[in-house]
Amino acid sequence: MSQSYDRGLIEDFGRWREFTAGMWAWVFHKFTGWVLIGYLFTHIAVLSTSMQGAKTFNSTIQGLESLALVRLLEVGLLAVAVFHILNGIRLLFVDLGVGLESQDKSFYASLVLTGIIVVASVPTFVSGAF
Amino acid sequence: MSTQTPDTDSENEQPSSTSPQERRMAEKQARKEQREADEAAAANEIQGETVELKVFRYDPEIEGKEEPRFDSFTVPFEKGMTVLDALIYARDEYDSSLTFRHSCRQAVCGSDAFFVNGSQRLGCQTQIADLDGPVRVEPLPHQDVVKDLVVEMDHFYDQMESVDPFFDPDETPDDELEEQRQDRENREKVKLSTRCIWCGACMSSCNIAAGDNKYLGPAAINKAYRFYMDEREGENKRQERLEIIEAEHGVWRCQTQFSCTNVCPKDIPLTDHIQELKREAVKQNLKFW
Ligand code: HEM
Ligand code: SF4
Ligand code: FES
Repeated sequence: MSQSYDRGLIEDFGRWREFTAGMWAWVFHKFTGWVLIGYLFTHIAVLSTSMQGAKTFNSTIQGLESLALVRLLEVGLLAVAVFHILNGIRLLFVDLGVGLESQDKSFYASLVLTGIIVVASVPTFVSGAF
Repeated sequence: MSTQTPDTDSENEQPSSTSPQERRMAEKQARKEQREADEAAAANEIQGETVELKVFRYDPEIEGKEEPRFDSFTVPFEKGMTVLDALIYARDEYDSSLTFRHSCRQAVCGSDAFFVNGSQRLGCQTQIADLDGPVRVEPLPHQDVVKDLVVEMDHFYDQMESVDPFFDPDETPDDELEEQRQDRENREKVKLSTRCIWCGACMSSCNIAAGDNKYLGPAAINKAYRFYMDEREGENKRQERLEIIEAEHGVWRCQTQFSCTNVCPKDIPLTDHIQELKREAVKQNLKFW
């Protein structure tokens, strides 16, 4: 027992294919939480630079909204926010110890619902941009 | 096979011009060739269904084996065969240096937790028939490998011991022989938590435990639950246990990924128990009255 073999980090990141529902829920929740924080800061930056009066505000918003990329990012933001909220509610139930046997199903339900809501929102977000 | 006596009776053989030593060497050589031929034939001649095993190999003490690799073994399948049965066959028939821990063969001793086809399972509890071949057997992830499928368990045992995994009541009955009875409901409450066989599968599956060596881990927290919830221990010990449970690297490290609950071979609802202890810790600290 003079030596032993430490398989290092490769095994953590190399094993993503074997992740179970709860592990994916955790990865996505972290990711979406931090994306939302990131958005919060850009949001503050955009608003505080466009607050010099109605004209600047309107031209900034119109300028941004005319970009197809911004429209697509908005769809992404909605997806991230909806998933974070739905899975957040799931996590609150997990913290209360309610329905732990169905934690995988509630994760899949959050995913499916997010998908439906995002798809339904696409016409609204994208109209006029292309 | 090497212990079998050869068919020829050497004492009755015709005297020949060769020396006895040369004769013995020749016989030995013949036996060796026969044995090798037998073994090769056995490997080729497996009748009926077979299982393909891919087993992680590593041995720091033998030259040429220090580099981890996978070895393949083709094992005859039998109805009811477990992963452990297949490993035992491979070891006994093909490679006696193949090393793994096992003892009870009935999911009681907890010594044969492996990483089988991407999930922590007990070899003796996993039916080959339930797996897609080839069956990939690796040592438990997140633990150092000592040799082949044998991993270092010291850290896991340290964590288990750090929660005082024994019954420790504040007061003992006056009469030494008097029983300390537990009522039925209380027994039911801790029942599942008492099933742990210290196999380490849960700890190995936990991403948080992998990144935080001080984290107690699911099994140790479950152990703490088993005694914290036992009403016979008394208030002082209960407080002591709570301090261990809610310490920095205790229950609050759990991120409810449920991987421990998914892999536990004794079906202990580990995440339920951890979550219940989190709520207990909050309740004990948030007292406004
Ligand atoms: C209704 C809305 C929301 C709900 C229900 C919700 C729910 C939750 C819950 C339950 C957690 C804890 C997860 C855990 O147990 O580990 C969490 C984490 C987090 N949330 Fe939210 N959240 C919401 C909105 C937001 C918003 C608007 C932001 C950003 C501005 C945000 C950013 C984060 C971040 C950064 C984390 C921490 C991720 C980490 O653990 O590293 N959340 N959320
Ligand atoms: S809790 Fe389950 S998985 Fe963890 S050590 Fe005990 S029996 Fe093994
Ligand atoms: S050999 Fe004892 S648990 Fe598998």
